[in-house]
Amino acid sequence: MSATEVQPEAAPTTGGDVLLSVRRLKKHFPIRSGILVRRKVGAVYAVDDVSFDVKRGETMGLVGESGCGKSTTARVILRLIPETSGQAFLDGVNVLSLDGKDLRDARKDMQIIFQDPYASLNPRMRVEDIIEEPLISLRVGDGASRRKRVRELLNTVGLLPDHAERFPHEFSGGQRQRIGVARALALRPKLIMCDEPVSALDVSIQAQIVNLLDELQTELNLTYVFIAHDLSVVKHVSDRVAVMYLGRIVELSDAEELYRNPQHPYSQALLSAVPVPDPTKERQRQRIVLEGDVPSPANPPSGCHFHPRCWKAQEICRHEYPPLESKRPGLGHVTACHFPDLPSTPEPAAAAPASPAS
Amino acid sequence: MAEPVLSVRNLKTYFSTRAGQVKAVNDVTFDVYPGETLGIVGESGSGKTVLSLSILGLVPDPPGKIVAGEVILNGPDGPRDLVQMNEKQLRSVRGKDISMIFQDPMTSLNPVYKIGDQVGEPLVAHHKADKKAALKQAEELLRRVGIANPSKRVKEYPHEFSGGMRQRAMIAMALANNPTILIADEPTTALDVTIQAQILELMQAMQRDYGSAIILITHDLGVIAGMADRVLVMYGGRVVETGTADEIFYNPQHPYTWGLLGSLPRLDAGGEAQLNAIPGSPPNLLNMDDQRCPFVNRCKFVHEQCFKGFPEYERLSDTQKVACTLSTAQRKDLGAKELASTGALL
Repeated sequence: MSATEVQPEAAPTTGGDVLLSVRRLKKHFPIRSGILVRRKVGAVYAVDDVSFDVKRGETMGLVGESGCGKSTTARVILRLIPETSGQAFLDGVNVLSLDGKDLRDARKDMQIIFQDPYASLNPRMRVEDIIEEPLISLRVGDGASRRKRVRELLNTVGLLPDHAERFPHEFSGGQRQRIGVARALALRPKLIMCDEPVSALDVSIQAQIVNLLDELQTELNLTYVFIAHDLSVVKHVSDRVAVMYLGRIVELSDAEELYRNPQHPYSQALLSAVPVPDPTKERQRQRIVLEGDVPSPANPPSGCHFHPRCWKAQEICRHEYPPLESKRPGLGHVTACHFPDLPSTPEPAAAAPASPAS
Repeated sequence: MAEPVLSVRNLKTYFSTRAGQVKAVNDVTFDVYPGETLGIVGESGSGKTVLSLSILGLVPDPPGKIVAGEVILNGPDGPRDLVQMNEKQLRSVRGKDISMIFQDPMTSLNPVYKIGDQVGEPLVAHHKADKKAALKQAEELLRRVGIANPSKRVKEYPHEFSGGMRQRAMIAMALANNPTILIADEPTTALDVTIQAQILELMQAMQRDYGSAIILITHDLGVIAGMADRVLVMYGGRVVETGTADEIFYNPQHPYTWGLLGSLPRLDAGGEAQLNAIPGSPPNLLNMDDQRCPFVNRCKFVHEQCFKGFPEYERLSDTQKVACTLSTAQRKDLGAKELASTGALL
């Protein structure tokens, strides 16, 4: 499954029941300068050639640190921001080429749950209006049937019918996120992009929402793309996981396999950096502490973007971006690294920081 | 055990608002020993941040007020009660005996002053160092916290630093006067995991070098497990359980601690089971009846006794205490069941 070799325009033919296929997706934000004449002087390579498939009914985790392009990927697919190039096929239709009524129809099939339940609900709208809004803007049903649907949805997400009349400020964070979930479900979508849905919540509440999303998925046969920076949460919810770094997918695999056997040095470092709530394990752990910060996506390093922080980096890494391919065929485990087989922890000698590209 | 460097006794910090009274910190008692790391865990609104602000007399008054209790700092000049100090005396303690690192390095540095001036400020304030000498020392401090090219960096402004570097600068500033106690309030919450790993490692290294005691406030039990020697679990303004890290993680006694551990998705265990979420929401402290256990609304094992005053602390070992009305035998039984069902003790 060498995703990068799929021809543009050709509808993908991957095994299994694929709901979403993203092909060579790019989103470059221009950097402009000048006051009267705004010249383009560069670009932020937020999403740079990303391809992946999501099967129907599964949860695909998208992890990476801030600025790696995971949210932008979701927003481009949802047509919230325009793409630079690439395709995203939802049920075989490239949603990035749609407009007018076709686009409105496609929007019914894909919805989003936002990170911050305090900022994503309009404080001046009643809960019923918030949940009803997607039905109104995409012209679904009449007033009576919409109100009935709102009551149903409140029940589905574990709120009470009389909550409909209230305003967002009357709810706690967890309850607000339930409202956000109800709004995303209103149009009976096939695909929901969960963009850090639990990051703003306390742990005890986070567990409630994770469980709710889990139940809904089984009940309604939903497909999730689950974006989060918390690797423990992603591991818990995901069937497959893609790891992103500076706009690119560096590794993609079954969740269990990825966490047991990460191939890309960045995945290895990321996983080893996650603190585990177990004092003994924490004391014994060999942590890979990466040197330095994530470089700016406006000026990504040449070759493999990770090479300035990588302990395996060699000459070729500075010049050539490694293709996303399987080093172990049959497992659906692909990684973009020239040297996945070198030792997975930095040796003292090799740990010396490679000279930066810039 | 050695003498504690800080003893907090029956501390109560209340906020009076037009809507009513909020008992943000309610009768909290604990000690901090030299060179140790004391972790304070709790969810938002549990009072952990107000507790740390109360120690340094930083609670905004009005609306907040320390209404009772003592914060005894055992310095070289004998014990001093910070609660009784006036502003001028407190200023001689802040940044010298006790310093603090805040959660958000983006907002806790002043954007209009150069990094070097800010990192050197504690030296100017406490030792009347002249600006040049302070700048020289700031450079040295930045080098020690792992900032490359410090002689150039001292002349830069906070916006030229990344999040991780700003937090390094904050740590450098906090350590400038080699404090006895460093209070770190969610020091890594705003950072990415790989940067978090760098900062935690730095804090440990600095603790080894300087011997400061650290009070680490966080909601992240993973960070606590890796850093803390002892742990305080807070809920609704109260300390509900305290013990060594091993006791809290391997032999937790309070139903809230069980709930917290059960709520966590874990990287180190098979992940298919449902998370054992605590039902309901954190308590609203406004006008809350504090003559009962704060966890009653969400506790699975609530019974009559729980409504008859805040439970007495039961001492389980030299280090572990719990405030719960369940009997020791009941807790042993229920706790084992609760934790086994989530795989938290695997």
